[in-house]
Amino acid sequence: MAAKSNAMRKSETVPEPAGQAWSAAQLDRLIHERLRLGILSALAAEKSMTFSELKTLLGPTDGNLSVHARKLEDANYVTCEKGFDGRVPRSKYRITAAGREALEKYLDHMEALIRVARESM
Amino acid sequence: MAARNPIPLHSQAIDHLQYIRRTMEGAVSFTAVPGAGGVLVGSTALAAGALAHGSSAAGPDGWLTVWLAEGLLALALGVFFAYRKARRMRVELFSRPARKFILAFAPSLLAGAALTAALWNGGQTGLLPGCWLLLYGAGISAAGAFSVPVVPVMGTCFLALGSAALFSPPSWGDAWLAGGFGGLHIIFGILIARRHGG
Repeated sequence: MAAKSNAMRKSETVPEPAGQAWSAAQLDRLIHERLRLGILSALAAEKSMTFSELKTLLGPTDGNLSVHARKLEDANYVTCEKGFDGRVPRSKYRITAAGREALEKYLDHMEALIRVARESM
Repeated sequence: MAARNPIPLHSQAIDHLQYIRRTMEGAVSFTAVPGAGGVLVGSTALAAGALAHGSSAAGPDGWLTVWLAEGLLALALGVFFAYRKARRMRVELFSRPARKFILAFAPSLLAGAALTAALWNGGQTGLLPGCWLLLYGAGISAAGAFSVPVVPVMGTCFLALGSAALFSPPSWGDAWLAGGFGGLHIIFGILIARRHGG
């Protein structure tokens, strides 16, 4: 599953061409989706966050958050540690090195888009 | 075919970068600041102000006892309401941002305790209201860096009130304390409760 997702992601991410216009195809679309971008950004700022903390911060429904967090897990961008706090089940998420690298690359893309747009004005 | 055409992503890029920044800031914020608790703390401070003003005729001992008791009560209420809010929001009370909030706030409280003892021993009780408001404001402003944006604003208001109290007649002390610990807590408590979930 993870290998399949990685392969899909690679096909969605095109190496950056120097001096060319930036296009949608160059973005890591796995991160470009707003909720997944939010999950990854939050986990980049905090060492770990529980499902409830992410839900409070980002405001999605349980199902929506669960689906998008699973996609990030499948891509090996985040890890999920399931446990119990007393009798209450608790899922704790952390960003992986691959996830952090992907987010940094995405930030570089965003900054480059703004730079290119400014230069062309 | 449409997917191959470049799209003006730069128009979204700024919005995305701002979203990332907001999310990261939100992730390290102590969100369990109790607004409803602030309103209750403010109400008890107003009552303490009236009580302290009435007891000041009996001497400074009674006055100080009232305000110290109010301080302890406010602390207990604050912790209880923060615990209740954290539980309702299903976040940890002593999460990383909450620990940072406490660590940033504690030095001002300790400084306040030391200054209270020193000014009390030196007979300078007239300076206590200004010092308390200033140090509380400094603590809230510092801790507010790890919380929702309205908290450092409240800290700044306490700083302004404390500065004014230091340069006003000592007989105005209870009014400043009631206005700060009472009025500001009630106003900002309502704001926090409305905007940040209780």
